[in-house]
Amino acid sequence: MSSDAPLLEVRNLKKHYPITEGVLKRQVGNVRAVDGISFAVERGETVGLVGESGCGKSTAATSLLRLEEPTDGEVLFEGRDITEYDKKELKRFRREAQMIFQDPTSSFDPRMSVGESVAEPLTVHGMRDRERRRRIVKDLLERVGLSADDIDRYPHEFSGGQKQRIGLARALVLNPKLIVADEPVSALDVSIQAEILSLMKDVQTEFGLGMLFISHDLSVVREICDRVAVMYLGEIVEFAATDELFENPQHPYTRALLSSIPQPDPTKRGSAVELSGDVPSPSNPPSGCRFHTRCPEVIPPEGYDFEQKTWRSVMDLRVRLGRDGVNAEAVREFVASESGQEPESVPADRVRAEIRREFDIPEELSDPRAEEVLSTALRHLANDEQAEGRELLAEEFETVCESSAPELRRTPAGHVASCHLVSEAESNAVSTPSTGD
Amino acid sequence: MNMSNATNRTDADESGPEQPEARVGLRYTLSQVKRDPTALAGLAVIAFMTLVAFIAFVDGVLFDFLSDFTFFANLGIEQYLLANTFWVNPVVDGTGQILRPPVYMTNQLYPDQPGTWAHPLGTDHRGRDVLIRLFYGTRIAITVGIVATGIAMVLGMLVGAVAGYYGGWIDDALMRGSETLYAIPFLILVIAFMTAFGRNLTFAMIGVGIATIPTFARLIRSRVLSVREEDYIEAARAAGVRDRDIILRHVIPNSFAPILVQATLQVGVNILIIAGLSFLGYGAQPPTPSWGQMLSNSRQYMLPNPWFSIWPGIAILITVVGFNLIGDGLRDALDPRINN
Repeated sequence: MSSDAPLLEVRNLKKHYPITEGVLKRQVGNVRAVDGISFAVERGETVGLVGESGCGKSTAATSLLRLEEPTDGEVLFEGRDITEYDKKELKRFRREAQMIFQDPTSSFDPRMSVGESVAEPLTVHGMRDRERRRRIVKDLLERVGLSADDIDRYPHEFSGGQKQRIGLARALVLNPKLIVADEPVSALDVSIQAEILSLMKDVQTEFGLGMLFISHDLSVVREICDRVAVMYLGEIVEFAATDELFENPQHPYTRALLSSIPQPDPTKRGSAVELSGDVPSPSNPPSGCRFHTRCPEVIPPEGYDFEQKTWRSVMDLRVRLGRDGVNAEAVREFVASESGQEPESVPADRVRAEIRREFDIPEELSDPRAEEVLSTALRHLANDEQAEGRELLAEEFETVCESSAPELRRTPAGHVASCHLVSEAESNAVSTPSTGD
Repeated sequence: MNMSNATNRTDADESGPEQPEARVGLRYTLSQVKRDPTALAGLAVIAFMTLVAFIAFVDGVLFDFLSDFTFFANLGIEQYLLANTFWVNPVVDGTGQILRPPVYMTNQLYPDQPGTWAHPLGTDHRGRDVLIRLFYGTRIAITVGIVATGIAMVLGMLVGAVAGYYGGWIDDALMRGSETLYAIPFLILVIAFMTAFGRNLTFAMIGVGIATIPTFARLIRSRVLSVREEDYIEAARAAGVRDRDIILRHVIPNSFAPILVQATLQVGVNILIIAGLSFLGYGAQPPTPSWGQMLSNSRQYMLPNPWFSIWPGIAILITVVGFNLIGDGLRDALDPRINN
């Protein structure tokens, strides 16, 4: 165990869940919950992992603790790969890495007193002396702001915030080196969130813990983390020191997340970035940059002159065509019912106009060549020739965001992000983000 | 150490959601049962039956065992000491007045001689008193009901909990196996089992126990499937608790409530089944008194003395209903949605 290795280093971690079908459980696909993430946590440091729900944060947490077997990749704990640990080594590892859960209500066995719950890890790791266990637990309960007398009470007698304090006590009882906290405050009231966060901060300083803090809430992350990794659909799209990330976000997704934090200052409001569309399914992630289906800054195709907002709208149409398709018949019926006509008598140009309106595309694009391509494609759509329309648009309006996946590269701002917008400027790829930048 | 908020227990924490009432634990369950008159009636019946069964056990089994030692034999202890002292012997043939009607009643054999208090429920085909035999038959009913259910409950719980907790091929193997048991007609399975291992009460209990494993296995598995997703199971795994201990300490206790209800109901069912086996001659062997055997014997004397077959039927009915009432009461008490 070399002491200069980071406390925890995750290299290209993957966790795929098979999708099976039928009695014979034939595998028909994969849900790529975590698809190759890399980061490191130093001793005494808090690293945040943020992203929308369903982006794979929690799966990353359980896989890197080997509560679930990772599909691929390495997890180095103090320089040794835990994915190759045998049973005995794994048990030792369980002493040094602990977890805090999101829902304080379900994270305690309702039939055990909190003293028993907190002491359970001690028992497992061979402390047979009951009195000594109780002393340790009492001491810890006081350290997390509860009373030693609470040791014999049951979980239902505590509020959510108190239970989260007990959860912290349970995580600390074995004196671990690493704590993985999976959304530890998102189930709590805002006022209690602040208390728990400051308690976690104090405890971390005191015990010199490395902490991986998972959250969807950037304002919470800003409070407690030294560095932050932003996840989208199973991948890390940006990784930076907290201040840097908040002041100089490089990835459009990070910018969108940042703009979703409520602003107390009314003069600074109004710059919210709106994301179009739904989160794509991780079983069939988009090609190229996974964010291109929703990115407000998606790069326009070469050779055409687009306004950014218009281009986004055209991309929305393309995304829809690729996923669900546009049903010309339904549009025709909709127009007919709006204007009181028979569906058969609705002219094709009304259908085309309605599609434009639906996707916020202007009646005429400023670039005549782009307009020509678009109106040809719309004509196909109105004639119910979806495949032709889709292919024409895909061919003519091809964007680099869709065709090639950006790598995590060092950006001019000094940290790493995976976006064609920034990696175009400078192109020295970094395979694994080194620590301490 | 900087723990500014460690010493003052925060008031903000108390303002969280309202504390739910503790709806777990034995004491709470009992307090719920106490409010339910039908469950209390069931409890009273079972308590009475258990007391009777216990006296019968002491007198019929324990004294028999002790009388083998000269020390106790010298004290005058022998099988059916209590019965002989206070009433009549339940297994020795009577004085020849067979198939007597119950008190104040008459039957075909004794049209002009109504029953007397000497034999309140009449006598059987060997002139033995029916009441004392009913009394001593309680022991077998209660014992077999509880032991057979206990066997099924313990094994079923282990099978179901392991299957539900691990899932995958372990689940498939265990559950398909127990469904195979389910697919064989119940009585045939038990009788085949007893034919293979021995035609006595012990194997009747074991046989019925094994044959009812699937009921419990399926029930607990469905609970375990939801319990295993709870964070405290994950927390235990993260702390390095072994799977065996997680199943025994966390999974089973938290999936136990429906099992308890099912077990209470199953005791009643098992009493019926074993009475049925005794009726077919696969249960307790004569002269040991048992309700099923009494029913079986009485069948041939239905016309001359129909009373003989009514009494054991009533005894079985009361006991089974008693267990069912408790089972229903427990189910209501353990279901938080029904609480008012």
